[in-house]
Formats: sequence, structure tokens, C-alpha cells
Amino acid sequence: MDAMAGRKPAVVWALNISVVALVALWLFPTLGLFISSFRTGDQITASGWWSSLFPAEQTLQIRAADPDDNRIDLGNGRFMVEGNIFDGQGFEGEMKSWGTSSRALDANAPGDAADLGDGETFTLNADGTYIWEGDDDQISGRAQRVFIGVTSPPDFTIQNYNFVLFDENNSEGMAKAFFNTLTVVIPATIIPILIAAFAAYALAWMEFPGRALLIAAVVGLLVVPLQLALIPLLTLHNAVGIGKGYLGVWLAHTGFGLPLAIYLLRNYMVGLPRDIIENAKVDGATDFQIFTKIILPLSFPALASFAIFQFLWTWNDLLVALVFLIDASGQTTVMTKQIVELLGTRGGDWEILATSAFVSIAVPLGVFFAMQKYLVRGLLAGSVK
Amino acid sequence: MHPALQGLLTIFIGVGGCVGYFYGANLFLDKVLFKAEGPNAGRNINRANMIRPWLFLMPALLALGIYLAYPVVATLRLSFLERLPGNEYAFVGFDNYTKMFAEPKFMEALRNNILWLVIVPAAATGFGLLAAQLTDRLSWGNIAKSIIFMPMAISFVGAAVIFKLIYEARPEDVAQIGILNHLYLLFGGAEPQQWLQIPFWNNFFLMAVLIWIQTGFAMVILSAALRGIPEETVEAAIIDGANPFQIFFKIKIPQIMSTIVVVWTTITIATLKVFDIVFAMTNGQWETQVMANYMYDKLFRANDWGMGSASAMIIMLMVTPILVWNVYNARKEMQ
Repeated sequence: MDAMAGRKPAVVWALNISVVALVALWLFPTLGLFISSFRTGDQITASGWWSSLFPAEQTLQIRAADPDDNRIDLGNGRFMVEGNIFDGQGFEGEMKSWGTSSRALDANAPGDAADLGDGETFTLNADGTYIWEGDDDQISGRAQRVFIGVTSPPDFTIQNYNFVLFDENNSEGMAKAFFNTLTVVIPATIIPILIAAFAAYALAWMEFPGRALLIAAVVGLLVVPLQLALIPLLTLHNAVGIGKGYLGVWLAHTGFGLPLAIYLLRNYMVGLPRDIIENAKVDGATDFQIFTKIILPLSFPALASFAIFQFLWTWNDLLVALVFLIDASGQTTVMTKQIVELLGTRGGDWEILATSAFVSIAVPLGVFFAMQKYLVRGLLAGSVK
Repeated sequence: MHPALQGLLTIFIGVGGCVGYFYGANLFLDKVLFKAEGPNAGRNINRANMIRPWLFLMPALLALGIYLAYPVVATLRLSFLERLPGNEYAFVGFDNYTKMFAEPKFMEALRNNILWLVIVPAAATGFGLLAAQLTDRLSWGNIAKSIIFMPMAISFVGAAVIFKLIYEARPEDVAQIGILNHLYLLFGGAEPQQWLQIPFWNNFFLMAVLIWIQTGFAMVILSAALRGIPEETVEAAIIDGANPFQIFFKIKIPQIMSTIVVVWTTITIATLKVFDIVFAMTNGQWETQVMANYMYDKLFRANDWGMGSASAMIIMLMVTPILVWNVYNARKEMQ
């Protein structure tokens, strides 16, 4: 598998195929949701999302125009009806075959003239124009029924997004939840960075008794499950008058995010060259100046990677919002909570579910692809040294 | 006030407050409390430098203390109490714990959690290692990695919706829209299955969600570790006639063992706290309860703070070995 001499083509093929399979396994779940969000509810329930990518084959059943109103006298007792079979059908696609009997749906090709017996004929062209000809008896009463096998191109719509995001009559819309989530996330991302940066600098570059102990404590707190914090903190928030609301959730996210922030930033700052800091000290810079003028700018990659972590974590969070933010009024619901509600109330309406879920997934995915470099760097700083 | 405006104001106050605090406290320390001038200049500078670290650390310590350290103690205390009407508490010893262990739902949650703990880290690390090794020398390896890493950005709730669509079952006579049932029927299954309602096995369908999310994390870290392996060791093995499997299992794996352990424990911690997936997909029905959701049920549905706290302590207890191990390693590293 390594770049060794004599790599067999078969091995290379097997390698490529297994990676393709792996990637497909990881991509298809999201892709399914993404595609479903662009289909109407009827389309979703009619066929799997995977079949929507290919032209769909279906059989249309259409009648020709009413012979009693539309027939043209050809003389000699012959009559005919002429027209376009697709008139008023709003149809897009391509005709593959057609037939006049339910027992032979695809008996004829486009352009064929079908013999209906006793001199009655029906000719149908690919563009839908037809000529139906026969005697007085045949061209009267009920119009001729035609079965048409058509393939329609993949059909997608953005109406789900319009409904979920912009429809003001939709009480389950995501627009408000989207802004609520944003309101939670931005302060909850920025504030811990600032607090953690100062603490990380102190733990990395300042000498004081108890430093090692504090670092160990931060490492320990990294894994404390936030489940433990729910009741004591909610009681505390109620006691000091914060109650349930944005302030509470901002504080909670700040507290829960700090161990990782301090840990990541300290690990990064410790690795900065000692010379720079000592030279600055010799030149008479204070710790505060060193921190703001040298350490902060140099630590940008670490700050960015923590910011992404915290952003993803707060954006995707459900538990903290449930406990510290969302009250009985439901005015402050966030997207994750909204989706869980929808799973309960609209469990079968996949067009709503898929679209709502994708609205909430889209922003983190955008951030992920834009800032992947920093995310990877942060992960590596946290676990491999 | 509009929440968005309130949010902006909070950013302003929060950031301004932090900057103001750090700047102001420093200024106060240097210019008022211990002036670096006059006869005591030297002593003052030393004193200021003794205090300054604590100035820098104070907000963080406060937040960590209140939001993480205090709750551990408070939850421990709550787990020995029973809440009485009128905001009073009675000490009940280990009653909450014994009651909890007598509950079948708790034992189910415990069993499932152990199942999750065994399978998810193993599967995610295994798949991650596989993906890391396979994509390593591939020309389009980075794209492949990006895609496998992508679920990391997706919320548990979003992933729950994604997988519910996969597991969706429709009546036998209409088209299946869940790909799992579609494939199941394609390969000879008799009738569509409600995958999430088949006791015991449904746990595995829930685990698949977390494995799907965590594999990318394992892959990214393990792939960096694989690249860190000295080329000479691999080359020497090739010269000695080792086959690719021997190289992988006997040369590479031992060298990245410590990283594998880190990845494994990190995923273990994430697995222990798993809540959203179960909450959104089954809510613990059909024997899929896990500890975190059991605890949420007790705290916020049954309003039983005693048993809720007791179950939270069980989660804490399960994390503790990893906590100790991490702290031990961190201290070893610093020396």
C-alpha cells in the first residue's frame, strides 16, 4: 500500500475503489437530505431521493379532444380529430412510447399510426400532435384514451426553502430560530476566547506558585460532563435573577468552553519562541504589552481554531439551550430544538424536515469548508504533540 | 429589546468589559497599587509581578469554578438529598442510588451506555485508521478526507434527521424512500423494517450516527500520526520482505499506539455524554435509553433532582478514570 517499487495496478485499483466506497458511505447520508430538501413532499414520498437524479419514467393517461365538438368532416362518411395531446397538461419531458390499450401501454413508437380496427386509425407524433380518423360511429361519444410512456427530467424546487425561511404564515418556520441561534452563538464564541487568552498566557509564560496545579485542573475539567452542571447552575441562575434566557446561555457556554480554550491556547503559546518574549522583556515591555502586541497576533491560528470549535459546538448544541435558554413561551427557541419539535409533530413531512435540518446544517458546513485548515490544526494541537 | 440587539450589546459589554478589566486592572496595579518608582520601586515591581498572573487568570478561574468545579460538588450533594415540597431538602443517604439501581430503565441505560462505550470508540477509531491509511498516498486523498471529516460540522440533531431518512420505512406496497429498506428489499428482505423499533439492534442503528460523525476526527489525527512515522522504519521493513499488512500492523500501528489511545479516549468521552442523538431519534423508547437521556428524563420530566443527580454522578464516575489518566499524563509531560 505504500509507495514501494512494483506497485501492482490491481492494488492501486482496489485502493481507489475502497476509498470511493468509503467516501460514498460518508457522503450519501448528507446528500440524501440535501437532495430531498429540493423536492416536493409528493415527490419525496413517491420515490427515493436517489432516483430523482435520473429522468423519471412514468405513464400518462390522456384523452384526445372530445370528438362531438372537434371532429372535422372529411366527406365519404369519414371524420377526423386533430390536435395536440399535451394541450393543457403542463408537461415537460420526452415521449418514449405510447399505446391505446391498457394491456399494451407501449405498443407504438412516436410517429406510428395505430390501427384500431375497422378502418379507425390513431397517429401520434413525438411532439404530441395527433390525428384520429374513422367513420361517424367511431369518431363520436367518448374520446380516444391514449397511454403515453414519458421520461421527465429531474425536477427540483426551492419552494421548501421559501416556506421554511420566508413564509410569514408558517408558525414552525426556521427564520426566528435561525436568528436566535445566531444570537446565542456569537457572544458565546467571542467572550470565552478573550478570557481564555489571558489565562493561557499566564499559564504559559508567567511564573507563579500553583501554576502546574492549575494546568492539571484545566486538563481535568476538560472531561467533566456538563450534565453535572445542569441543576446546580439552573438553581444558581434562578437565585441570582438571570433565570432562563440569553444571558444564562452565554455564561454557560463561556464556562463550558473555557477548559478547551485555555488548554488549546496554552499549548500553542508555550510553543512560541522564548527569545521574542525575553527580548521584549529586556526592552522594558510589560506583561500586558507583551500579551497584546506579541502573543495575541502570533497566536492567531490557535485563536481561530478554538473559535471554530466553539462556534460549531454552540451552533449545534441542544442540551445547554434546552436547559438554560428555552422557556415555556418558546420565543427563544433555537434551530436544534425546533428540529426536534418538527421530528415529533411533522415526522412524515420530509420536505419540511429535510429543509429545516439543512438550514441549520448549512452554516456550520460553510464554516467547516472555509476554515478546515484551522480546525485540523486545532485538533492536532489538542491531541498530538 | 430585540434579542439580536441584546446580543450585540452583550458582545459589546462582554468584550468591552473583558478588555476594560484586563487593561484597567493592569493600570491600577502598575500606577496606583505598586508604583514602579520612588524608594520602593524594586520591591513594588516584584510585588506587582506576583499579583499579575492572578489578575490575568481571575475571570477564567471564576468561570471555571462556578460553571464546572462547583456543579460537581453541588451535584454530588444533591444526589444524597431528596427534594421536599417548599424548596426543602432531606438527607436520604444512598436512597437515590439504590432506587435507581432497582429501576429496569436505569439498568437498560447502563447496559446500552456500556455497549456504546465498547462499540463507538472502537468502530470510529477503526474506520478512522482505515480511512487515514487508505487515503494517505492517494492523489485525491485530501478531497476524500474532507468528505469523511465533514460530518464533524453537522449537529447531532441534524445527523439524527439525516439518519431517520435513511431508516425510514414505508408500507410494503409503496416505494421505499429510506435507502436502508430499499437495499434490504433489493437484497431479498421480505418486508420493510422499522429499524429503530427493533429492540437491542436499534442501539446499533443509533450508534451508526455517532460513528459516522466521529470517524473524521479519528482519521484527521491518525493520518497526521501516520505521516509522522519515520520513513526508514517502513523502508527497512520493505527491504526485509514484509508485506503491506505486516507493515501496517507490525510497524506502523505500534508507532502510533499512543495517538490511537488519545483518539480512543477522546471519542469515549464524547460517547459517554451522548444525548442529542437518542433524544431526537427515539427518546429512549424501544430499549434505547442511555445515561444522559435517562438523567434528562429524571431531572426535567420527572422533576426528581435526587435521582437525576445520582445518575449524573454515575456518568461522572465513568469519566473519572480518563480524567485521572489525562491529568497524570499532562503532569508527566510538563516535568
